[in-house]
Amino acid sequence: MSTTTTDIDALAAALRAAIGADRVISDRQELRTYECDGLAQYKVIPALVALPADAEQCAAVVRACVAAGTPFVARGSGTGLSGGALPRADGVLVVASQMRDILEIAPDDERAVVQPGVINLAVTRAATPYGYYYAPDPSSQQICSIGGNVAENSGGAHCLKYGFTTNHVLGVELVTPDGDRVRLGGRAPDAPGYDLLGAFVGSEGTLGIATEVTVRLTRLPESVRTLLAAFETTDQAGAATSAIIAAGVVPAAVEMMDALAIEAAEAAVHCGYPPGAGAVLIVELDGPEPEVAAQFAQVESLCRENRAFEIRIAADDAERALFWKGRKSAFAAVGRISPDYIVQDGVIPRTALSEVLRRIGELSAERGIRVANVFHAGDGNLHPLVLFDAAVDGETVRAEEVSGAILDLCITHGGSITGEHGVGMDKAKYMPRMFTDDDLDTMQLLRCAFDPDGLANPGKVFPTPRLCGEVPGRRKGLHPAQEAGLAEVF
Amino acid sequence: MPADRTLDQLRAAAEVVRTAGEHDTIDGVPARYVAAPRDTGQAAHLLRAAAALDLAVTFRGGGTKQDWGSPPRRLDLILDTTALTGVVEHAAGDLITVVRAGTRLDELPATLAGAGQQLALDAPLPGGTVGGAVATNTSGPRRMLYGTVRDLLIGVTLVRVDGVVAHAGGKVVKNVAGYDLGKLVTGAYGTLGLITECAFRLHPLPATVAYVSRAVDDLAEAGRLAGTVRAAQLAPTALEVDAPAGERAMVTVLLEGTPAGVTARAAAARRLLGADATEADQPPEGWARYPWRDGDVGLKLTAALSGVPRLLSDARAAADRHDLPLALRGSAGVGVLYAGLPGASDPERVAGLVDALRATTAAVGGHTVVLTAPAPVRDRVDPWGPVHGLELMRRVKQRFDPDARLAPGRFVGGI
Repeated sequence: MSTTTTDIDALAAALRAAIGADRVISDRQELRTYECDGLAQYKVIPALVALPADAEQCAAVVRACVAAGTPFVARGSGTGLSGGALPRADGVLVVASQMRDILEIAPDDERAVVQPGVINLAVTRAATPYGYYYAPDPSSQQICSIGGNVAENSGGAHCLKYGFTTNHVLGVELVTPDGDRVRLGGRAPDAPGYDLLGAFVGSEGTLGIATEVTVRLTRLPESVRTLLAAFETTDQAGAATSAIIAAGVVPAAVEMMDALAIEAAEAAVHCGYPPGAGAVLIVELDGPEPEVAAQFAQVESLCRENRAFEIRIAADDAERALFWKGRKSAFAAVGRISPDYIVQDGVIPRTALSEVLRRIGELSAERGIRVANVFHAGDGNLHPLVLFDAAVDGETVRAEEVSGAILDLCITHGGSITGEHGVGMDKAKYMPRMFTDDDLDTMQLLRCAFDPDGLANPGKVFPTPRLCGEVPGRRKGLHPAQEAGLAEVF
Repeated sequence: MPADRTLDQLRAAAEVVRTAGEHDTIDGVPARYVAAPRDTGQAAHLLRAAAALDLAVTFRGGGTKQDWGSPPRRLDLILDTTALTGVVEHAAGDLITVVRAGTRLDELPATLAGAGQQLALDAPLPGGTVGGAVATNTSGPRRMLYGTVRDLLIGVTLVRVDGVVAHAGGKVVKNVAGYDLGKLVTGAYGTLGLITECAFRLHPLPATVAYVSRAVDDLAEAGRLAGTVRAAQLAPTALEVDAPAGERAMVTVLLEGTPAGVTARAAAARRLLGADATEADQPPEGWARYPWRDGDVGLKLTAALSGVPRLLSDARAAADRHDLPLALRGSAGVGVLYAGLPGASDPERVAGLVDALRATTAAVGGHTVVLTAPAPVRDRVDPWGPVHGLELMRRVKQRFDPDARLAPGRFVGGI
């Protein structure tokens, strides 16, 4: 891999020739702007930044990297929380911010075609006048990009009912790690061949760079109703969630916050949640009006049966927004009650919620590290916020230990080390706790098919790269006639 | 009978091996041996032994779709999954289940319905296994609401061609750790590895269902009506068109939900479809079945949603031009139609029609795939048509099966 200054200078010249001098950054101060993504504890200044204007320029950048043997990392808005877009000091950061056009909104096809730098919420804004929206709604939807969502298979509060990015991406055009432009999927479902689109979504930039994305648009629901229920304990709120699911209701979202998360949200955005609550649940139902009306009454009574001491029902969009404001601002809000914090992302089977929360409480008490809990209760996706003060000797280490122990709890209970933030740089080291060496080796067969030289976002997802080498085991001992497909040889 | 060293060596890996009988063929290609492992471990031993012996292997479940794709170029061992059965886990509170791949799809309700739950995947061919449904990516009307295998499969256990056992995904619905190999093997026709266990997300069984149907004379009108229903906010579970050759077409909307909700929505659907629409609590005849019989020609036609009315009428017009009775049926609400032709149809004319349908589907952003056809037809047509990303697919196949011993030739581009 090229790391010398001369090599980088030569690559910079090649990139400038390929995509224009104004699209390549090599100035040290300017490069510093790109040193981290949303996980700011990791910082690496890239050797170069390229800002391609279109797919062909993106392919030209990748081809130049391949020719130079230089690794490259793709980046959208840089909001990722696992360090998936952390640059390489010896590599090129390929930034999608100049590819921000919505190419087509086709309500008749229930499709939109967008460039990767388009902001998630912009798709919904463009589709709403036609009565449609883009369902995946990560909390960062006002700033995160579709390209980044595709790389990370982003979720959001409403994926309980509507699924994740992978369920809503119908096609991509990508630049492969060889610099080829390839189209996967498209406007119609079930394209023949392997579902490489399904493998590509969520591959965290290790299989190539998306340059155009075709997404599904979802019809706006006729009715949306939201309630906020306050409980004394998280166990009660968890029992209410279980009761709702057991009743056969599939809410659009079920979100929970514990007392510390509520305290932070109140301090930050004054959302006015019921005082004294040990837990709040936000339950949202959407769909045809008569269905929502029937199920909403059921949800309300299930919350009461499970000891909700206060239930508020959003009277209009403004009140609904206020319910959500506390929840959606929760990550940033803990900054009000703690100088530093780690946003964790793990998944457990929902039925293990009580047990896991109890263990998190014990871990917190043992190590003297506070943990605020925010989660997508409907699908068991926890976002514990581990609070610490880096200025206090040893707290950072203890906070990291607590954070890691929470992931171990998720694995022990048959869950996952990440529900929506991705593995990235941050969690590659935890992958062997969830998967065997054989599992990881098998996944990397796919990587070797796309990227035998390991240039696309190396060091992410997998703790140790697989050396791809030549395709092993040539065909042997086969008669040419057999190979030609003559079944009669049998 | 002379000693069979290959059989001995396979049996040393696992006892469950026999020599092939006259019915042990894959799409007409005879096998030498059949092995029926009872668990993932046995399957791994067998595939490792098969690798050492350089045997070509094809997987077989219920055998309901063995005539799909192309016949294998080479075949020694059929690895039969019908002993690899059973529900490993049903965590009702978490709405997930883990099942062995040889389990019949139509046996799952016996386990799941008791908890008021379902694997929301239609089984167009009765008797098929879970593994077969995943490997061929079959689906039916309810895909409009619940999606297809790729949306329901949350974890998978595979045995590679070299006998290595690998897992991907897990047992929780929300999970983005590692590559989604479940999607990679979905619809891969057993060319990348043996699926031995699948974890699925489940859905609650609906309290009430209603099928609202309307007969129409004209296929374009059927497509237009489907578009009208789709644009309303009824959230249907399925939106189907059934157009047998030479008969009136039927548009059917499936609504699921609470009793009060379904009553109101069914009334709204009747208003949209027209005055003579009817309502039933049972599906119409042929629901969730392909519009062809054993030995017929079976096609899958896809389109962008706006192209569905055009696909319906152009497909019928093309069939009329070729003087062939084309039965059309499928999910107008998602852009997937199936088409059947009598097996005795003139192969030249069928090939001509397939060409015409390829042009028609391409014009509406879709594809025409020949799922099944008698040999004389298959000799004249490419079952798959144009495939985007074929070069990448070949590279994937090379990494997973470098010696091309898994169902060689059965899949796109001769993979």
